[in-house]
Amino acid sequence: MRLTVDHVTRYHYDRPVRSVVQSHRLQPSAFAGQKVTDWEVTVSGGTRGASFRDGAGDMVQGWTVAGPVSEVTVRVQGTVETVDLTGVLRGHKETVAPECYMLATTPTRADTALDALARQADGGDPLALAHSLSALVADAIAYMPGVTHAHTTAAEALALGEGVCQDHAHALIAVARVRGLPGRYVSGYLFSDADGQAHEAAHAWAELYLAGLGWVGFDPANRCCPDDRYIRLGSGLDAQDAAPIRGIARGGGMEEMDVTVAILQASQ
Amino acid sequence: MSQFNEMYQGTKVRPPYARLEDWVAAMPQELRSLKQAEAEALFRRIGITFAVYGEGGDPDRLIPFDMFPRVFAAAEWAKLEKGIKQRARALNAFLVDVYGRGEIIRAGRIPARLVYQNEAYEKAVTGFVPPKGVYSHIVGIDIVRTGPDEFFVLEDNCRTPSGVSYMLESREIMMRMFPSLFRENRIEPVDGYSEKLRRTLASVAPKKCQGEPTVVILTPGHFNSAYYEHSLLADLMGVELVEGQDLFVDGEYAYMRTTEGPRRVDVIYRRLDDAYLDPLCFRPDSMLGIPGLMDVYRSGGVSICSAPGAGVADDKAVYCFVPEMVRFYLGEEPILNNVPTWQCGKPDDLKYVLDKLPELVVKEVHGSGGYGMLVGPKSSRDEVERFRAKIVEDPGNYIAQPTLALSSVPTFVEEGVAPRHVDLRPYCLVGERIELVPGGLTRVALTEGSLVVNSSQGGGVKDTWVLAE
Amino acid sequence: MLSRTADNLYWIARYMERADTVARLLEVGSRISLIPSAHGYRSEWDSLLQATGMAEAFARKYGDPVQRNIESFLFFDRDNPSSVASCITSARENGRIVRTALTTQVWDALNTAFQELKALERRPRSELELSRLTEWVMRHAAMVRGAIDATLLRNDGYNFLNIGYYLERGDNTARLMDVKYYVLLPRVDFVGSGLDNYQWTTLLRAMGAQRAFHWAYGGEVTAAKIADFLILNPQSPRSLTTCVAGLSNHLGRLAKSYGRETEALGHARAVMAGIEATSVEDIFDEGLHEYLTRFIAEVAALAQAIHATYLNGEMR
Repeated sequence: MRLTVDHVTRYHYDRPVRSVVQSHRLQPSAFAGQKVTDWEVTVSGGTRGASFRDGAGDMVQGWTVAGPVSEVTVRVQGTVETVDLTGVLRGHKETVAPECYMLATTPTRADTALDALARQADGGDPLALAHSLSALVADAIAYMPGVTHAHTTAAEALALGEGVCQDHAHALIAVARVRGLPGRYVSGYLFSDADGQAHEAAHAWAELYLAGLGWVGFDPANRCCPDDRYIRLGSGLDAQDAAPIRGIARGGGMEEMDVTVAILQASQ
Repeated sequence: MSQFNEMYQGTKVRPPYARLEDWVAAMPQELRSLKQAEAEALFRRIGITFAVYGEGGDPDRLIPFDMFPRVFAAAEWAKLEKGIKQRARALNAFLVDVYGRGEIIRAGRIPARLVYQNEAYEKAVTGFVPPKGVYSHIVGIDIVRTGPDEFFVLEDNCRTPSGVSYMLESREIMMRMFPSLFRENRIEPVDGYSEKLRRTLASVAPKKCQGEPTVVILTPGHFNSAYYEHSLLADLMGVELVEGQDLFVDGEYAYMRTTEGPRRVDVIYRRLDDAYLDPLCFRPDSMLGIPGLMDVYRSGGVSICSAPGAGVADDKAVYCFVPEMVRFYLGEEPILNNVPTWQCGKPDDLKYVLDKLPELVVKEVHGSGGYGMLVGPKSSRDEVERFRAKIVEDPGNYIAQPTLALSSVPTFVEEGVAPRHVDLRPYCLVGERIELVPGGLTRVALTEGSLVVNSSQGGGVKDTWVLAE
Repeated sequence: MLSRTADNLYWIARYMERADTVARLLEVGSRISLIPSAHGYRSEWDSLLQATGMAEAFARKYGDPVQRNIESFLFFDRDNPSSVASCITSARENGRIVRTALTTQVWDALNTAFQELKALERRPRSELELSRLTEWVMRHAAMVRGAIDATLLRNDGYNFLNIGYYLERGDNTARLMDVKYYVLLPRVDFVGSGLDNYQWTTLLRAMGAQRAFHWAYGGEVTAAKIADFLILNPQSPRSLTTCVAGLSNHLGRLAKSYGRETEALGHARAVMAGIEATSVEDIFDEGLHEYLTRFIAEVAALAQAIHATYLNGEMR
């Protein structure tokens, strides 16, 4: 599939700030499932900073904006050619050991309920187990925007029984770890086609490390494995660790953020 | 348990201490009190206040200084030096390896869990090799002695070992008060430390740095217990002492805020934890630190000493594997031995520890400063039982070691001179070269019979002498 | 030099100078209060607090201006950031932070003042005579200043210290002179009376300038001579013109060594030009109080410019 992305994040400060520093993971991952045709990230008034590929294989790009400034716009535009690899992250170069993703963080720590949920899963081999875990999470947490927030933990979302893709991903990571599978959080984009699924275009899912296959994506929110509708950006232990944009503004007022994402299928 | 007194062998004085016997004998009580008061006044005047890493406490507190020096013969030191440098090399090789391919783990010589699920392991720096392949540029290795030729490593400090200001100032004060001692004994100087440190830091400048690198020391601030040390080292090296607020990132580099505008910084000797380096990387909720610094670091715009992530090598559970690192990376036999250590996380070890608890020293894996530890033979039955319950509850959090018969050195006490237990922390510098200043921080347990040398628990310091050949 | 280091040096100077002034104010207050005070609608002590801008903070904590309370407030009170104790403590703490930018002698002077202060604070107040206390402050202020002049390298740090000193001193001289305004305001008929002269003399004495004044002017003490001496006379160490010239000089040295002219320097030069073009008659035409008020505002604006140029680290 040939997908075009137009992703705009606008930061507005009620009083001008002295400076803004950002760290981006906004470059599509380099692996067999996607190929970048063109891609550009711009930051209004920004100076391009350090850039490198990190141990998890993500391209990191720093930006600084010298103030005083009261609005900063980050715009991502590009086209990606995608192939369906049924979730398998083939040909992705990284050095972080999978065992590193056995470390629990606040949002992905399993409480007794998550622990119990994890133990309901069955499957003879790791792949079947992973599918079973993903399905359990999808059943236990119904898709419902507006119930949870950025800092909701997997345990809290499970108790609520509702959440969004971030909560699904956190919960799947938590239950996978209980069953001995390293899990990580993936951020990216999702093209929602005409069948009316209203899931947000800025999307997140989980990857689990399966012996023999390596990292494989699972998207409990959509009850599937990422295919050619998905664009993968970067990964981390949780949503915060995998955030496509991290930033801090110094010496100013309150920040308001406004995001619009449009993913379209290019007409060749 | 027979204890080794470093000054005496039976009734005979051991050669390194030969000239000190007359010195003590010739010092009447009044003169001694006078000198002791003078030393204290000097310490107070220069404003040296001190606490070994993690001990906290009153920032204006003086640590007791004992005038009786601790002496090493040239040959004794030569062996120690070799052992310390060997260990520092192995620790750095380990760090480069575990942030790279992890060969030692693949080879099954250390459990993956200990490394990759360690809180101190920084996933953010995997795949990055710091300049000259050095993660820990100042390695403080705590050593105890139990006999003429028996030294054991108690723990490694790969992050920001403190106390070196005491090594430097104790010597300054001894030389001022007892110049004749330094004429009679041929004592290796320690004042080359700051120049060696500066050279070490400059030698690991990032690849993007051109010309003479700008080095700074990054301090948590003047409320920190080791602020005096930070400021002394900055002064001796002639570099700026900065706080996080003085640094900022612009484009691909880090800068300090000066009265002439931004000035690029190439090497940061930081005296604070990883967590306070960059809120974008380590603590998104924190306003402390320098946003964007880790991106600059990872892309070769600035060097950070010690490198973020170095802490995974000095964890007390990883400590058990350091001799293995020496064999694995260097193909050598360790010159300095570890204290035999039982890991309570292992069922067999746990059983042994619980059986022999009253005889052992038990420590928390992440504890420091002599807190959260049990010295079996010095504890009441109640204390032992209470500690037993803590171990059973979370065995993985504890290690145990035999109670060592720590060596003692004569020390001035109320009644005159009496032996007191000591340890030693030398500071090994690792950059383009590996260097060790002949000396270190000798801590002394001033309470009779005590084995705890931490300043927070009644410990003091001594000048440490290494005699020339 | 790090902006933060420059800021700390600047504040060491300001705090030490302020401690000195507060001690002198206490001296003025106690001397003025020694003469019969049947005049005026507000007490001399209150006037003194008004002039220093500390009246409100005092009233909030202590209520009526009783001498003993004023002494506590101005000397020992840590809640008052301008008290002698607060100033000396802050100066020493700033010194500790930038210990490496100071010589041993300067640090010793700061630290000794602080250690002695702690000893003073432990003694019962009844043992502490006000005149002794003020003398003690002036002695230590002079020791710090002397150590700076005698031992410090003449680099940018030295300039920032001096900028702090001159700025604070100019502001303080203006405020001390203004005390006179508050004391005399209600009774114009005192002008030229014996009481008037006594008050002017007291003011001079508080500034340690009585003898210098007589050497320079001789004869009767008049308001015009005083104004000339404390505002326009470049020989007077505390005059406004001396302070602004000092500021211009040190800002100029910074601009030269850094190779760039700044807004702060332009500002200082403009204030200087203003003073040079002023005569005593001009000052009295405008009104002494009005003139001083305007000067204090100009100095505050200059301080702001120095902060923005050198001290807040935002220079590009």
